[in-house]
Amino acid sequence: MSAQIVPDYEAQLNAILDRCHSASLDARIPDAGELPEGYTGTLGNFPVYFPDEIAHAAGLLPVNILGGGNKLEMKHADARMGSFVCSICRSTTELGLNGTLAGLTGFVTHPICDAAKHLAGIWSRNLPDQMAEILYLPQNPNSPGAARYVAAEYQRLRAELARKVGHPISDAAIRSSIRLYNKKRRLMRELYQIRRDEPWKLSCSESYLLVRAGTRIPCEEHVELLEQALPAIRQRHVAAQDKPRVIFVGGFCEQPPLEMLETIDDACFVVDDDLLIGQRWFTEDVPEDVGDPVWALAESYIERSHASPVQHDERKPKGDYLMAMLRDGKADAAILTAAKFCEPGLDEQLFWSKDLDAAGVQYLVLEFEEKMTSFEQMAMQVETFAESLLFALA
Amino acid sequence: MTTAIAEAVPGTSRSAPAAKEIWTPFNAHSEGQRLFKEWYARLETANERHEPVANVFVMGNAIEILRSFDFHMVFPEINSLQTGVRKTSAEFIRISEDYGMSPDVCSYVKADVGMMLKEEKEPLGKMPKPDLSVSSNMCGTFIKWAEIWERRYKMPSFVLDLPGQRSSSWVVRPGDAQHSADSRWVEDQFKDLIAKCEKITGKRFDIDRLAEVQGRVNQMVIHWNNVMELNRTCPAPYNAMLDGLTYIGIMNVYRGTVEGVEFMRRLEEDVRAKVARGEGRVPEERFRLLFSGTPCYVSMRRLVELFETWGGVFAYSDYLTFAAGGMDAAELLYDTSRPLESLAEVTALAAQRGLSNQFFAHERMEKQIKDYGVDGVVFHGIKSCRFVSAGMADTRDYISKRLDIPTLYIESDLIDPRYWSDAQIKNRVDAFFEALQQRGGAGPLKGKATHAQGRTA
Ligand code: SF4
Ligand code: SF4
Repeated sequence: MSAQIVPDYEAQLNAILDRCHSASLDARIPDAGELPEGYTGTLGNFPVYFPDEIAHAAGLLPVNILGGGNKLEMKHADARMGSFVCSICRSTTELGLNGTLAGLTGFVTHPICDAAKHLAGIWSRNLPDQMAEILYLPQNPNSPGAARYVAAEYQRLRAELARKVGHPISDAAIRSSIRLYNKKRRLMRELYQIRRDEPWKLSCSESYLLVRAGTRIPCEEHVELLEQALPAIRQRHVAAQDKPRVIFVGGFCEQPPLEMLETIDDACFVVDDDLLIGQRWFTEDVPEDVGDPVWALAESYIERSHASPVQHDERKPKGDYLMAMLRDGKADAAILTAAKFCEPGLDEQLFWSKDLDAAGVQYLVLEFEEKMTSFEQMAMQVETFAESLLFALA
Repeated sequence: MTTAIAEAVPGTSRSAPAAKEIWTPFNAHSEGQRLFKEWYARLETANERHEPVANVFVMGNAIEILRSFDFHMVFPEINSLQTGVRKTSAEFIRISEDYGMSPDVCSYVKADVGMMLKEEKEPLGKMPKPDLSVSSNMCGTFIKWAEIWERRYKMPSFVLDLPGQRSSSWVVRPGDAQHSADSRWVEDQFKDLIAKCEKITGKRFDIDRLAEVQGRVNQMVIHWNNVMELNRTCPAPYNAMLDGLTYIGIMNVYRGTVEGVEFMRRLEEDVRAKVARGEGRVPEERFRLLFSGTPCYVSMRRLVELFETWGGVFAYSDYLTFAAGGMDAAELLYDTSRPLESLAEVTALAAQRGLSNQFFAHERMEKQIKDYGVDGVVFHGIKSCRFVSAGMADTRDYISKRLDIPTLYIESDLIDPRYWSDAQIKNRVDAFFEALQQRGGAGPLKGKATHAQGRTA
């Protein structure tokens, strides 16, 4: 009788997380020789949401440009931007000016806020050889005609990318990209379901790393990675500790440092968050077998998307989506964050706090910057908050 | 960012025309003040009279449609800047920060929230409760600001999404495929807005009213373009950064009205007469400047004084373009035989002009520098306004390298007095003028600029 080989799930998961961690620290753009098979270039895109499928179908690796974290040395950008612009815009500019992003085929930003729109101008002045543009995703998803407009904007992008890569992008290619990205998003939805159901099995920082890897490695590889990670997470034997259940919001654009998420993990179970929400933008699958795949993407953007502070949608009042997150995650409280100098984030934070006041839900307000390196004070705040929650819940 | 009823800086203008001269004396500032007072007075009683009120912004606002439904227009940006001019902004900003607003967000929003919390609207009376707000995506903060009213007043906020310039060297010609797609989207939204207005007011949309309003806007735009072009003359008849604020204020608040047309007509006449007389804004014009950004309203007099004492006059400010929503080109006129389609087409083009002035600022600035015969460019970075300033230092770097033209970069805020550092700003301004002087800039710059050829409204 042979002994059954039990896979070492924990080791497997750790290896995956290590890989994700190094991918997230690497801001470099692969040059032609290093590109994964099937790709002929890279398309940088700024948060929050970008239709990766269109780039993927063009054979361009979509890379979400997420700033410089807390290890980047600023040499050029400080002189090119006023002192009151958020860190992600400053460090993205630095990465452009210091050559790190020189290998991009193009860079696309969005009208999420005014600072982000300016990046297209900065790019065109300093990196004139790269395609640099604003993809004008609409701020009015409520008027009839919004999906038609988004579809026209996507067709424009498709035509530009086709010119850039030198071949047309077929409907069939976009359909197959949609199928692949749907699979990835389904896996991410499962990941978040685990966090809501058994948050002790996956911390916020681990989940973040798993999602973040998908912002730069090919989707094919990310799907594989998530397919391996999910069973390993489910098999984890971790005792549920005595920690309050919280949701974390405000991480939709500039990235909070990993150490900040770990600090929160130490004291709380983060059962839901809006980190990298653009990667998980759709609440359901994008229709796969439709005549016009671009329309399917456009219509999904309008009809099947998460709420975010950078989009005004009268169907998604602020309090409602926050309450839904709290309810679905059976959370006791919320951590309301915002990046320093982030106008949409800071404004939304106030709305959230007033809604939670009205609903009698506890919350902690934190401001962060991607370049933060010291977390002692924050740790104390979070611990005190967690203790007071546990006391109140006891 | 906004338009203003800035107070005139005494002692710097030439005296008024003598009584024996044949034209009716026209003082744009006092006439502007009178019109603004009347506007505020009408607003104050709008709710009592059960007349509809809309909160709008100066960029991308669908005023033509709202006016065809007889909405009263409130411009919260103008209210906020008035707190700066009247030096009450600090208190309102403090109130809003006590309420929980961040020190790092737009100070206009904070002044407005401060006023709301005090249940009053300074400085010119109580503002009516709005029935609707229209905010465009031209500045992202407009949308967040409107969300505050939406929650407070429980009324709809309509976001007018205006697709802007997508990339550098972006050329859109009326009628091409891109312009058609954008116009169609804008028209779809106008139709939606019209349906909302019908519901709020209980009135049917009257397309002839719209055409009538558009006809008046066309006249205003023609006069406005002529007024702007006249400042290409040396000496410049007005200060684009100071006098221009009153002009643009009327362009916004009285857009599409009989009074608005009359003001702009008389303004053009007045400016034209000044040009004919060789009368300049500063007694001895020595440097022609371009101002990029918005002024600091709490230190408005001081700011102007710092430049005018050196004989520097702002011949042009990009503010005059974006605060008019981009309607600074005479080709942007409505075809009143197809009112709604034309409204959408022109709005789409104007929005791109207004937006590109900021996001791809270098492209138009090169031309403006030439058109206005400018000796130097002054960039005013506004702490709380990322729309105006996030790309400014980089634009400055680009412009100074490419054009070999002296530039000055100063930073403060629109209405938050905490960010005005007088000694530092004065030092920088003085050093800038010294550099200009070293380039042989002293003495009036005769024959530098061309006289503008105006069109007839
Ligand atoms: S962090 Fe905020 S301000 Fe900065 S780019 Fe993102 S949304 Fe804009
Ligand atoms: S951010 Fe600037 S443009 Fe926008 S509302 Fe504030 S002052 Fe105006």
